[in-house]
Formats: sequence, C-alpha cells, structure tokens
Amino acid sequence: MIDLTIHTDLAQTILIGFLHTEITRAGFSRAVVGLSGGVDSALSCYLVARALGSENVLAVRMPYKSSSQDSLDHAQAVIDALGVQSLTIPITEMVQPYFDRYPDIGQVRRGNIMARARMIVLYDQSEVFDGLVVGTGNKTEILLGYTTLFGDSACALNPLGDLYKTQVRQLALAMGVPEVIVQKPPTADLWKGQTDEGELGFTYAEVDKLLYLLVDQRYTPEDCVQAGFGEAFVRLVVQRIRRNHFKRILPPIAKLSNRTVGYDFLYLRDWGT
Amino acid sequence: MKLTLALAQINTRLGDVQANLEKHLALAKEAQASGADLLIFPELSLTGYVLQDITSTVARHPTPDEPIFHSLLEASQGLDMVVGFVDEDRRHRFYISSAYLSRGEVLHVHHKVYLPTYGLFDEGRFFAWGDSVQAFDTRFGRAGILICEDFWHASPPYLLWLDGADLFLFTSASPGRGLRTEPQLESARWVELVNSAYASLFTSFVVHVNRVGYEDGLNFWGGSTVFDPDGELLARGPAYQEALTLAEIDMNQLHRTRARLPLLRDERTALVLREMQRIVGNS
Repeated sequence: MIDLTIHTDLAQTILIGFLHTEITRAGFSRAVVGLSGGVDSALSCYLVARALGSENVLAVRMPYKSSSQDSLDHAQAVIDALGVQSLTIPITEMVQPYFDRYPDIGQVRRGNIMARARMIVLYDQSEVFDGLVVGTGNKTEILLGYTTLFGDSACALNPLGDLYKTQVRQLALAMGVPEVIVQKPPTADLWKGQTDEGELGFTYAEVDKLLYLLVDQRYTPEDCVQAGFGEAFVRLVVQRIRRNHFKRILPPIAKLSNRTVGYDFLYLRDWGT
Repeated sequence: MKLTLALAQINTRLGDVQANLEKHLALAKEAQASGADLLIFPELSLTGYVLQDITSTVARHPTPDEPIFHSLLEASQGLDMVVGFVDEDRRHRFYISSAYLSRGEVLHVHHKVYLPTYGLFDEGRFFAWGDSVQAFDTRFGRAGILICEDFWHASPPYLLWLDGADLFLFTSASPGRGLRTEPQLESARWVELVNSAYASLFTSFVVHVNRVGYEDGLNFWGGSTVFDPDGELLARGPAYQEALTLAEIDMNQLHRTRARLPLLRDERTALVLREMQRIVGNS
C-alpha cells in the first residue's frame, strides 16, 4: 500500500518558513505569482501570502483569448479569498502576431510560446513590484518534464517542487484553497479541452505512486512491475524522467580552465546571507 | 551537583563569521544572566553549514591570538561554551569541529570523524576526516563531544562512554527530510530516538543541540533535547524557531541510575576488544 499522505501542518511550517527566509535574505519582502486558476499556483499563492502577508503578494492573471472563463474565475476566487494585490494582463496581443506569421503552427509550439510570454510578463512585473517570482511546479511535473523550459518552470524559488500532485491537492485543501479548484481536472489550458491527464496518457494518482517507488524508494523498474504497475507504463515513465532531465539542470558549461562554474566553483545561492 | 545547560538553537549566516560571532556573544550574555553554566551551540555555528567553496575562507584555529576565539574565550570566563567552527590545522587541513571553552581556555577540540558524503551530503569533498574520539574533563565532570553523523554511528558514543564521559554533548546542523504523516520529519524522529537510546544504554546525560533556519532549499528543524540517564526527556527546544532552552541536570542522577542499573560496571570491554580483534583480523 503506497501512501503519499503528508502531515499538512508540518508541510506548511516548513514551506512558509522557506519562502519567508529565502525571499527576505535575498533582500526582498514581496513576491509575484502567476495565477492560472489551477491548484498549483493557487497553493503557491496561499503559501506566499502566509509567508509575507497578502499586501506583499502580487497575483497576475495572464489569459489568452482561448483561455477558459473558469480559469479566470478560479484565479479571481483565490485573489478574493486572500486579498492579495492583483493584475490581469492578457497575453493575446503579445503572442498573436507571432502565431499569425506561421499559419500551420502546432499546439506544442503555441503552448510553449504562451508559457514563455507569461514568464516575460511575470519577470517584468516582478521588477515593477520589487518582488521575487514564486514558482508553481510540482514534483510530478518536474520529474516527468511536463513543463516548458524557460516558461512556466522559470522562477526565483519554488515551494512545491518536492510535493507530488496528489500531495499538492492534499495541502491545498488543508490550507483552504476552494474545493472547485482542487477537484477540477488539471489543465495547462493552452488549448480548448486540454487536460494534463489526457495529454500524459495516465492519471496523477497512478503516476505519483509509481514515481514515489522509483524516485523516493529507489525501486528498480523491475521492482515496480513486480509491485503491480504495467510494464509499458513503467517503461514510459522511466524514459520520460531520463529524457527530460535537461529541464532540471543548468545548461552544461564546456570545461576549459581549472575552475569552472558548476563543476568546481561551488556556492549556495545563500552565500554570505 | 546540579548544573544548568543552555541549548543555543540558532540560525546562522552562511559564511559570515563576524555576524555569527556577535550572535554567540549576545547569547552568552543572555545565558549567563539566566544562570546557565554551560552553553552549547550547534554544528558549524560560527560559519553556517553548506559551506562548499567558502570552507577555506572561514576556517580558524582556536587559539587566544585568533580574534574570533579571543572574544569567545573572554566570554567563556562567564560560562563554559561549546562552539562549532571550521578548524584549519597547521598542515592546512579543514575539519568540521566543536571546541569546549572554559574560563579562558580551550579544553578540547573534536574533529568530526564521520563525514556524510551521500544523498544530499557532500562533506567528504570539502573536509578532512577527524581521527580521534576522546572524552575530556570539565569542571562539571567528564564529557564528550560528537558532531551529527558521528552519532548516527554507534561506535563513537560507545567509545566516549568507555573513555569516561557521563555528559554527552552532541551538536548538529541536520537538514530535515522525510515528510510523512507524522508531525515530525523522519530525520528528526530518528535523531530523537537514538539520543534517547544512547542515554538509556549508557546511563548518561545526552544533550543534542541542532540549528534552525534554511540554506537554499534545506531546512534545519531545531528540536534540541536533553535526555537523562534513564532515557527520560528533560527538555526540548521548539521546532523551526531560534531558542535558548535551559535545562537543569542533576549529576547525582548518575549515582541513582547506575545503582539500579549497573550497565557500565558490567560492560565487558576486554571481551569487546578480543572480539573486535578477531573480527577485524579475519576481515
């Protein structure tokens, strides 16, 4: 029996402390979060509002013309519940001229461009608001590489990256994120009818358990099959983890000198603070 | 004899020895004003934990002419102190270290003998391995110092016990990990469990001081503890908050516990040595 249940009070203590400490020691007291209407960004927003105070958080909604009204409404529900500052900056005018140059542009390209346009808006607003961009990527999507490099994965720090999607839902409910947001099918809302689970081909409930065995418990793929997971499913997930590792590390630097950033020039970001 | 311990469960600034020193001196004053006899700081309390390439720049040798230790030794006129630092020896090797300071003198320096270099840890890359586990005499009795991973292994506490330590002073900068359904992380539960076990097995006082705060994504949980020779919890610092936790211990408890439970008297060291020689000799 694989149980991913977490102690939500302890998780809040650690994550709120993390956000407060790591933002203030970098010299900031404010933060910016892109609110999609989904559970991940809602939870990040709840956590950082608790860490810094609602008045010090800017939530940014960035709809494209095809974004669903539900997404906008759910993001607004989070803003209203927390009393954080907010902005709505549609990205249609930013991305549409580029899309129009390539009439045959596919969904993946469009999705990546939208994710990166949102990153540009968030980082620009972070300059205006004098706050750090708080990430929203969870452990499941980081491991599967279900994210746009330099897009939705871009952030100054990430409180959710060691929580599986099912744990994000548990913590979100415990913190009072509206149930409609927690229970709805996860979607990047990059095109109509898109859902994460439809696109990935499996459910978060299934894959989180498999990832827990593979990553946290260091099961071999064969052990996972013996534990009852389908062989093709295990192979697919193992391959996704490996093939997407480039999204989890900084670009490798070609070593030439005796001391090279990333190899033998090693400091934490908190160096000196 | 009764004495009051002060467990300085602090956060540190990474690589800023001067700022950390000031916190040590402020707490020494506060602890002394509260009537403490012995003030214990966590592992690497003067430097921060994930030092990596900072290591060589924050290393100090604990002598009275070294400015940082000069101030600490002065403070030790008021109460005894255990401080965590990076020791640079005469041959320029760097050790994770804790020094026991008393009445202006360095009574003992322990170099960490087990450097975790697995999982999230990379100590063996940056530090030299200590090579000695020794108890030492203090004005309160015989004591021993171990640093974090040292007491994840059973042998260093056992050696201190045989070397006469009745007061075990353990320090940590232990990154919290293992979030499950319990209200404590797995790593915190494990440490508390073994410390209670050491106190029971060695019928001794076991003090553990762990830091708090964050370094990048790592959290340090605090939860410093004192266990008595019966394995009973005497004091516990809060989780995730800086605190100066005071605990009075009665060294006469050793007499009472060991009269009831003579584990030390009956410990068969000659047998242990003989079997160790056989085991090591055969391997």
